[in-house]
Amino acid sequence: MRKVIHYELVVIGGGPGGLAAAVEARESGVKSIAVIERDTELGGILQQCIHNGFGLTEFKEELTGPEYAERFIRELERGGIDVMLNTMVMELHHDRRLVVTSAEKGITEIHAGAVILAMGCRERTRGAIAIPGTRPAGVMTAGTAQRYINVEGYRVGERVVILGSGDIGLIMARRLTLEGAKVLAVAEVMPFSGGLMRNIVQCLEDYEIPLLLSHTVTDIIGRDRVEGVVLQQVDEKLNPIPGTEKRYECDTLLLSVGLIPENELSRMAGIQIDPMTRGPRVNEQMETSVPGIFACGNVVHVHDLVDFVTEESRCAGRAAAQKVLAKAEVADPPKIEIQTIAGTGIGYVMPQRITQAGAADRVTLMMRVKKVYKGAEISVSADDREILRKPFGHLAPGEMVRLDLSSGLVPSGSRTIGIEVIEKQ
Amino acid sequence: MKEMVCIVCPKGCHMKVERNQEEWIVTGNSCNRGKLYAIEEQRNPSRVVPTTVAVSHGMHPRLPVKTARPIPKQLIRRAMEEISKVEVDAPIEQGQVIIENLLGTGVDVVASRRMNRV
Repeated sequence: MRKVIHYELVVIGGGPGGLAAAVEARESGVKSIAVIERDTELGGILQQCIHNGFGLTEFKEELTGPEYAERFIRELERGGIDVMLNTMVMELHHDRRLVVTSAEKGITEIHAGAVILAMGCRERTRGAIAIPGTRPAGVMTAGTAQRYINVEGYRVGERVVILGSGDIGLIMARRLTLEGAKVLAVAEVMPFSGGLMRNIVQCLEDYEIPLLLSHTVTDIIGRDRVEGVVLQQVDEKLNPIPGTEKRYECDTLLLSVGLIPENELSRMAGIQIDPMTRGPRVNEQMETSVPGIFACGNVVHVHDLVDFVTEESRCAGRAAAQKVLAKAEVADPPKIEIQTIAGTGIGYVMPQRITQAGAADRVTLMMRVKKVYKGAEISVSADDREILRKPFGHLAPGEMVRLDLSSGLVPSGSRTIGIEVIEKQ
Repeated sequence: MKEMVCIVCPKGCHMKVERNQEEWIVTGNSCNRGKLYAIEEQRNPSRVVPTTVAVSHGMHPRLPVKTARPIPKQLIRRAMEEISKVEVDAPIEQGQVIIENLLGTGVDVVASRRMNRV
């Protein structure tokens, strides 16, 4: 017989999302909470993000990743929350049954009153972008290199090319330089960087590392170890331009080419996934399409800043607590929800659904634009009637946009909220 | 006049800074911290340096550390060399001083996390 245990709330993932959600649920009165973490310690990816710049919104100071994590771990340690480390969730079902496994305790079944998904995301790999060439050692994701260097203490290479200008790639360009490696270039296939402007300044410009926009890797050379890569310029359709090939002699290629929310468990539970965010479709309470299962952080949509993960996760923690404490049979979601629609220039909007009750209150919309705009407005409409327009001096896909819809702004009974970018003439 | 991007927060304001005799004039910033950064960046650019030191008996081989305050930018290389010489022994508490008065700057290097002894 499989052992069965019961919790009012189970949080899957002990990174920043899971930590904030669990602490908030406890503060909201939930008495039995478990956090399930597959790693050997709490904190998630923050433990390897040793650079500073975290917490400016949340704590009004500039912390490193481990320091930010530590604040929440200490909160968690004040009690009332069981932590299961080295434990992997194998199954999640729509009726909030989980099957988990660990070397120490074997297979356990858990029945939960509510579940919060906080599994985060993982990096796209070479396979995901299909770079041609040989398959030598020395090709790895930026996050893998970050763990090797910052946690395990390995050198990853001497001469490095980085493909992709996401924040982790930029951070690693600086880190590798400070550790004595030579970063030859950061290549970005798009005509703009995917990272935050401040990281381009303090990680590349500070160290005179070239950022090659509209460039990609079209060949990897070397049998056992990377001996070089070929960078090539691309046209507007992202096709390599013949004759622009340039070979860089290097022993390492780092990839910082995007993050994908990790939703195998969500799919197993039958949760609806948004094809744009690749995360669960959630409402303003962070509740997924399956009642009683909530989600927060990078498993929902990839954030730039952990501070906003924390904010979103607290929201999920409070909402899950309400559900648990109401002791009501988990009901179907109200039928008439407002759908948010990403219009012209908008890549996605989160939350994807808003309850009528939620719309009456203040709602924060998070979104990403599809390209760089220098001076534009974002327009919000309820059932095709504009309710808000806000100017932005600078909009870029690498920088998430937040818009607050104040209480009373959305007319009651609305069916859709559309968001679009209006370019200045 | 110098154009610069603010790195104080993720907003990344595009600022302009120029010197008008004794006074610095900053435009394009959206807060006072940006103004202070712009001026400081002209007078004495400095950065917090986060890196790691070797740790024995910890659950990982490296302990993340940082300078408790920003140090002058031109000292970063020497700071890295100095910090790389250090090896510590677990347990370590978060905030524990790992190097006092780094390179005579008056700035300490402190542990970014606790590292329990295993």
